Amino acid sequence: MNRRISLRQELPLLVWLVFVWGALWQDFSPGNLLFGALLAVVVARMFYLPPVEVSGRFNVLYAIPFALGFLGRVAAASFQVMYLAVFRGPYVSNAVVAVPLRSRQDLMVTATGHVISLIPGSLVVEVDRSTSTLYLHGLNVRNAEDAAKLRDDVRAIEARLIRIMGTREELELIRLEAAP
Amino acid sequence: MIPDAGTLDAVIDGLSAVFMVVGALMSLAAAVGLLRFPDLLSRMHAATKPQVLGLFLLLAAMGLQLRTWWVWPVLLVAWIFQLLTVPVSAHMVGRAGYRTKHLHRELLSTDELEAVVQKAAAKAAREDSSDGGH
Repeated sequence: MNRRISLRQELPLLVWLVFVWGALWQDFSPGNLLFGALLAVVVARMFYLPPVEVSGRFNVLYAIPFALGFLGRVAAASFQVMYLAVFRGPYVSNAVVAVPLRSRQDLMVTATGHVISLIPGSLVVEVDRSTSTLYLHGLNVRNAEDAAKLRDDVRAIEARLIRIMGTREELELIRLEAAP
Repeated sequence: MIPDAGTLDAVIDGLSAVFMVVGALMSLAAAVGLLRFPDLLSRMHAATKPQVLGLFLLLAAMGLQLRTWWVWPVLLVAWIFQLLTVPVSAHMVGRAGYRTKHLHRELLSTDELEAVVQKAAAKAAREDSSDGGH
Protein backbone atom coordinates (compact mmCIF):
# COMPACT_ATOMS: atom_id res chain seq x y z
CA MET A 1 0.00 0.00 0.00
CA ASN A 2 1.22 3.45 -0.84
CA ARG A 3 1.51 5.39 2.39
CA ARG A 4 2.53 8.71 0.87
CA ILE A 5 -0.10 11.39 1.09
CA SER A 6 0.11 14.47 -1.04
CA LEU A 7 0.64 17.74 0.81
CA ARG A 8 -2.58 19.09 -0.63
CA GLN A 9 -4.59 16.30 0.98
CA GLU A 10 -2.81 16.77 4.29
CA LEU A 11 -2.96 20.56 4.33
CA PRO A 12 -6.42 20.97 6.01
CA LEU A 13 -5.28 18.73 8.88
CA LEU A 14 -1.99 20.64 9.30
CA VAL A 15 -3.73 24.03 9.25
CA TRP A 16 -6.21 22.81 11.86
CA LEU A 17 -3.41 21.47 14.11
CA VAL A 18 -1.52 24.77 13.89
CA PHE A 19 -4.72 26.67 14.71
CA VAL A 20 -5.38 24.49 17.79
CA TRP A 21 -1.75 25.00 18.88
CA GLY A 22 -2.04 28.78 18.56
CA ALA A 23 -5.43 28.83 20.29
CA LEU A 24 -4.24 26.76 23.24
CA TRP A 25 -1.15 28.95 23.75
CA GLN A 26 -3.33 32.00 23.08
CA ASP A 27 -0.42 33.30 21.05
CA PHE A 28 -0.54 33.74 17.28
CA SER A 29 2.93 35.24 16.87
CA PRO A 30 4.88 33.97 13.83
CA GLY A 31 7.50 32.15 15.93
CA ASN A 32 4.91 30.20 17.88
CA LEU A 33 2.98 29.33 14.72
CA LEU A 34 6.19 28.14 13.02
CA PHE A 35 7.00 25.85 15.94
CA GLY A 36 3.38 24.64 15.89
CA ALA A 37 3.67 23.88 12.17
CA LEU A 38 6.85 21.89 12.83
CA LEU A 39 5.08 19.88 15.54
CA ALA A 40 2.03 19.39 13.27
CA VAL A 41 4.18 17.87 10.53
CA VAL A 42 5.97 15.59 13.02
CA VAL A 43 2.66 14.46 14.59
CA ALA A 44 1.04 13.86 11.19
CA ARG A 45 4.06 11.80 10.08
CA MET A 46 4.43 9.76 13.28
CA PHE A 47 0.77 9.04 14.02
CA TYR A 48 -0.27 8.05 10.55
CA LEU A 49 -4.00 7.98 9.78
CA PRO A 50 -5.56 6.68 6.58
CA PRO A 51 -6.01 9.63 4.24
CA VAL A 52 -9.49 11.11 3.94
CA GLU A 53 -10.53 11.33 0.32
CA VAL A 54 -11.34 14.96 -0.31
CA SER A 55 -12.82 16.07 -3.58
CA GLY A 56 -10.60 19.16 -3.77
CA ARG A 57 -13.62 21.45 -4.09
CA PHE A 58 -14.78 23.82 -1.41
CA ASN A 59 -17.40 26.42 -2.17
CA VAL A 60 -17.39 29.21 0.44
CA LEU A 61 -20.43 30.88 -1.15
CA TYR A 62 -22.55 27.88 -0.20
CA ALA A 63 -20.68 27.15 3.06
CA ILE A 64 -21.45 30.43 4.85
CA PRO A 65 -25.27 30.36 4.36
CA PHE A 66 -25.17 26.67 5.27
CA ALA A 67 -23.33 27.40 8.54
CA LEU A 68 -25.78 30.17 9.46
CA GLY A 69 -28.79 28.04 8.51
CA PHE A 70 -27.32 25.20 10.56
CA LEU A 71 -27.06 27.42 13.66
CA GLY A 72 -30.65 28.55 13.13
CA ARG A 73 -31.90 24.98 12.78
CA VAL A 74 -30.00 23.91 15.93
CA ALA A 75 -31.56 26.77 17.89
CA ALA A 76 -35.10 26.11 16.63
CA ALA A 77 -34.86 22.37 17.19
CA SER A 78 -33.39 22.79 20.69
CA PHE A 79 -36.49 24.71 21.72
CA GLN A 80 -38.66 22.05 20.07
CA VAL A 81 -36.97 19.28 22.07
CA MET A 82 -37.42 21.38 25.21
CA TYR A 83 -41.13 21.73 24.42
CA LEU A 84 -41.47 17.99 23.81
CA ALA A 85 -39.61 17.17 27.03
CA VAL A 86 -41.80 19.41 29.14
CA PHE A 87 -45.24 18.85 27.59
CA ARG A 88 -45.23 15.48 25.81
CA GLY A 89 -42.65 13.60 27.88
CA PRO A 90 -43.55 9.92 28.18
CA TYR A 91 -46.13 10.00 25.37
CA VAL A 92 -43.75 10.99 22.58
CA SER A 93 -43.74 8.61 19.62
CA ASN A 94 -40.63 7.97 17.57
CA ALA A 95 -39.51 6.06 14.51
CA VAL A 96 -36.41 4.48 13.02
CA VAL A 97 -36.21 5.68 9.42
CA ALA A 98 -33.89 4.45 6.66
CA VAL A 99 -32.47 7.22 4.48
CA PRO A 100 -30.55 6.18 1.34
CA LEU A 101 -27.92 8.80 0.49
CA ARG A 102 -26.67 9.67 -2.99
CA SER A 103 -22.97 9.92 -2.19
CA ARG A 104 -20.70 6.91 -1.66
CA GLN A 105 -17.90 9.00 -0.19
CA ASP A 106 -17.03 8.26 3.43
CA LEU A 107 -16.45 11.94 4.15
CA MET A 108 -19.84 12.97 2.76
CA VAL A 109 -21.74 10.22 4.61
CA THR A 110 -19.93 11.16 7.84
CA ALA A 111 -20.57 14.87 7.37
CA THR A 112 -24.26 14.32 6.65
CA GLY A 113 -24.56 12.02 9.67
CA HIS A 114 -22.84 14.60 11.88
CA VAL A 115 -25.00 17.50 10.75
CA ILE A 116 -28.23 15.53 11.08
CA SER A 117 -27.18 14.28 14.54
CA LEU A 118 -26.38 17.80 15.74
CA ILE A 119 -29.81 19.09 14.78
CA PRO A 120 -31.95 17.95 17.70
CA GLY A 121 -34.70 15.45 16.96
CA SER A 122 -32.69 13.00 14.89
CA LEU A 123 -29.92 10.58 15.80
CA VAL A 124 -27.94 8.15 13.65
CA VAL A 125 -28.50 4.64 15.00
CA GLU A 126 -26.79 2.61 12.29
CA VAL A 127 -24.80 3.23 9.12
CA ASP A 128 -24.70 0.81 6.21
CA ARG A 129 -21.52 1.78 4.41
CA SER A 130 -21.95 -0.62 1.46
CA THR A 131 -25.21 1.01 0.35
CA SER A 132 -24.51 4.35 2.13
CA THR A 133 -27.80 4.22 4.00
CA LEU A 134 -28.29 6.03 7.30
CA TYR A 135 -30.74 4.61 9.84
CA LEU A 136 -32.01 7.52 11.91
CA HIS A 137 -33.98 7.59 15.12
CA GLY A 138 -36.37 10.50 14.85
CA LEU A 139 -38.02 12.12 17.86
CA ASN A 140 -41.74 12.90 17.51
CA VAL A 141 -42.21 11.04 14.21
CA ARG A 142 -45.85 9.99 14.51
CA ASN A 143 -46.72 8.67 11.06
CA ALA A 144 -45.46 7.93 7.56
CA GLU A 145 -45.80 11.59 6.57
CA ASP A 146 -43.43 12.72 9.33
CA ALA A 147 -41.00 9.97 8.33
CA ALA A 148 -41.09 11.11 4.69
CA LYS A 149 -40.47 14.68 5.83
CA LEU A 150 -37.44 13.59 7.86
CA ARG A 151 -36.11 11.66 4.86
CA ASP A 152 -36.50 14.67 2.55
CA ASP A 153 -34.80 16.87 5.16
CA VAL A 154 -31.75 14.63 5.35
CA ARG A 155 -31.46 14.39 1.57
CA ALA A 156 -31.74 18.18 1.30
CA ILE A 157 -28.90 18.57 3.82
CA GLU A 158 -26.82 16.10 1.84
CA ALA A 159 -27.51 18.05 -1.37
CA ARG A 160 -26.32 21.26 0.28
CA LEU A 161 -23.16 19.54 1.56
CA ILE A 162 -22.47 18.19 -1.94
CA ARG A 163 -22.77 21.72 -3.29
CA ILE A 164 -20.15 22.80 -0.74
CA MET A 165 -17.59 20.00 -1.06
CA GLY A 166 -18.85 17.10 -3.16
CA THR A 167 -17.15 15.68 -6.23
CA ARG A 168 -18.04 17.00 -9.68
CA GLU A 169 -20.03 13.87 -10.56
CA GLU A 170 -22.22 14.23 -7.46
CA LEU A 171 -22.66 17.92 -8.17
CA GLU A 172 -23.84 17.08 -11.69
CA LEU A 173 -26.35 14.61 -10.19
CA ILE A 174 -27.74 17.29 -7.87
CA ARG A 175 -28.06 19.76 -10.77
CA LEU A 176 -29.94 17.19 -12.85
CA GLU A 177 -32.25 16.46 -9.94
CA ALA A 178 -32.98 20.14 -9.36
CA ALA A 179 -33.54 20.96 -13.04
CA PRO A 180 -36.97 19.45 -13.87
CA MET B 1 -17.79 59.66 23.09
CA ILE B 2 -17.91 58.57 26.75
CA PRO B 3 -21.69 57.92 26.92
CA ASP B 4 -21.32 55.89 23.68
CA ALA B 5 -18.82 53.56 25.35
CA GLY B 6 -21.20 53.26 28.32
CA THR B 7 -24.18 52.25 26.18
CA LEU B 8 -22.01 49.79 24.23
CA ASP B 9 -20.98 48.22 27.53
CA ALA B 10 -24.59 48.00 28.60
CA VAL B 11 -25.58 46.34 25.31
CA ILE B 12 -22.74 43.78 25.62
CA ASP B 13 -23.68 43.08 29.24
CA GLY B 14 -27.35 42.65 28.33
CA LEU B 15 -26.56 40.38 25.39
CA SER B 16 -24.30 38.14 27.47
CA ALA B 17 -26.92 38.02 30.24
CA VAL B 18 -29.52 36.80 27.73
CA PHE B 19 -27.05 34.26 26.30
CA MET B 20 -26.23 32.90 29.76
CA VAL B 21 -29.86 32.53 30.85
CA VAL B 22 -30.90 30.83 27.58
CA GLY B 23 -27.80 28.62 27.69
CA ALA B 24 -28.61 27.51 31.24
CA LEU B 25 -32.21 26.92 30.14
CA MET B 26 -30.93 24.48 27.49
CA SER B 27 -29.11 22.48 30.16
CA LEU B 28 -32.33 22.47 32.19
CA ALA B 29 -34.18 21.17 29.10
CA ALA B 30 -31.67 18.32 28.85
CA ALA B 31 -32.27 17.39 32.50
CA VAL B 32 -36.07 17.54 32.10
CA GLY B 33 -35.81 15.41 28.95
CA LEU B 34 -33.71 12.80 30.75
CA LEU B 35 -36.38 12.46 33.41
CA ARG B 36 -39.45 12.62 31.20
CA PHE B 37 -38.63 10.69 28.01
CA PRO B 38 -39.58 7.01 28.09
CA ASP B 39 -36.65 5.10 26.58
CA LEU B 40 -32.92 5.28 25.97
CA LEU B 41 -33.04 6.46 22.37
CA SER B 42 -35.36 9.39 23.02
CA ARG B 43 -33.34 10.27 26.13
CA MET B 44 -30.22 10.48 23.97
CA HIS B 45 -31.88 13.31 22.04
CA ALA B 46 -32.38 15.32 25.21
CA ALA B 47 -29.02 14.40 26.72
CA THR B 48 -26.84 15.36 23.77
CA LYS B 49 -28.53 17.98 21.61
CA PRO B 50 -29.75 21.03 23.55
CA GLN B 51 -26.28 21.49 25.08
CA VAL B 52 -24.76 22.10 21.65
CA LEU B 53 -26.71 25.35 21.62
CA GLY B 54 -26.37 25.80 25.40
CA LEU B 55 -22.59 25.54 25.32
CA PHE B 56 -22.43 27.85 22.29
CA LEU B 57 -24.42 30.51 24.11
CA LEU B 58 -22.41 30.21 27.34
CA LEU B 59 -19.08 30.35 25.47
CA ALA B 60 -20.31 33.38 23.49
CA ALA B 61 -21.28 35.09 26.74
CA MET B 62 -17.82 34.34 28.13
CA GLY B 63 -16.16 35.74 25.03
CA LEU B 64 -18.25 38.91 25.27
CA GLN B 65 -17.48 39.40 28.96
CA LEU B 66 -13.72 38.76 28.86
CA ARG B 67 -13.27 41.45 26.13
CA THR B 68 -9.96 40.16 24.86
CA TRP B 69 -9.74 38.87 21.31
CA TRP B 70 -7.41 35.96 22.13
CA VAL B 71 -10.04 33.99 24.06
CA TRP B 72 -12.20 33.62 20.93
CA PRO B 73 -9.96 31.01 19.22
CA VAL B 74 -9.93 28.87 22.40
CA LEU B 75 -13.72 29.11 22.72
CA LEU B 76 -14.11 28.25 19.03
CA VAL B 77 -11.86 25.20 19.42
CA ALA B 78 -13.82 24.08 22.50
CA TRP B 79 -17.12 24.37 20.60
CA ILE B 80 -15.82 22.61 17.47
CA PHE B 81 -14.58 19.69 19.57
CA GLN B 82 -18.05 19.52 21.11
CA LEU B 83 -19.56 19.49 17.60
CA LEU B 84 -17.24 16.69 16.55
CA THR B 85 -17.67 14.47 19.60
CA VAL B 86 -21.38 14.81 20.46
CA PRO B 87 -22.76 12.96 17.40
CA VAL B 88 -20.18 10.19 17.80
CA SER B 89 -21.04 9.53 21.45
CA ALA B 90 -24.78 9.77 20.70
CA HIS B 91 -24.37 7.33 17.82
CA MET B 92 -22.34 4.83 19.86
CA VAL B 93 -24.79 4.83 22.78
CA GLY B 94 -27.80 4.74 20.45
CA ARG B 95 -26.35 1.91 18.40
CA ALA B 96 -25.46 -0.14 21.48
CA GLY B 97 -28.92 0.56 22.90
CA TYR B 98 -30.65 -0.57 19.72
CA ARG B 99 -28.57 -3.75 19.49
CA THR B 100 -29.20 -4.71 23.11
CA LYS B 101 -32.91 -3.90 22.62
CA HIS B 102 -33.08 -1.12 25.20
CA LEU B 103 -36.03 0.49 23.48
CA HIS B 104 -39.79 0.41 23.62
CA ARG B 105 -41.01 -0.99 20.31
CA GLU B 106 -44.58 0.14 20.99
CA LEU B 107 -43.39 3.76 20.92
CA LEU B 108 -41.95 3.47 17.41
CA SER B 109 -44.38 4.36 14.64
CA THR B 110 -42.14 2.65 12.06
CA ASP B 111 -38.89 0.72 12.33
CA GLU B 112 -37.18 0.33 8.99
CA LEU B 113 -34.01 -1.11 10.53
CA GLU B 114 -35.63 -4.16 12.13
CA ALA B 115 -36.39 -5.91 8.82
CA VAL B 116 -32.79 -5.36 7.67
CA VAL B 117 -31.40 -6.72 10.95
CA GLN B 118 -33.64 -9.80 10.80
CA LYS B 119 -32.66 -10.49 7.20
CA ALA B 120 -28.98 -10.27 8.11
CA ALA B 121 -29.51 -12.50 11.17
CA ALA B 122 -31.36 -15.10 9.05
CA LYS B 123 -28.54 -15.05 6.50
CA ALA B 124 -25.91 -15.49 9.23
CA ALA B 125 -27.91 -18.40 10.70
CA ARG B 126 -28.11 -20.09 7.27
CA GLU B 127 -24.36 -19.75 6.79
CA ASP B 128 -23.74 -21.17 10.27
CA SER B 129 -25.90 -24.23 9.60
CA SER B 130 -24.25 -24.89 6.22
CA ASP B 131 -20.84 -24.63 7.92
CA GLY B 132 -21.97 -27.16 10.54
CA GLY B 133 -22.97 -29.63 7.79
CA HIS B 134 -19.38 -30.11 6.64
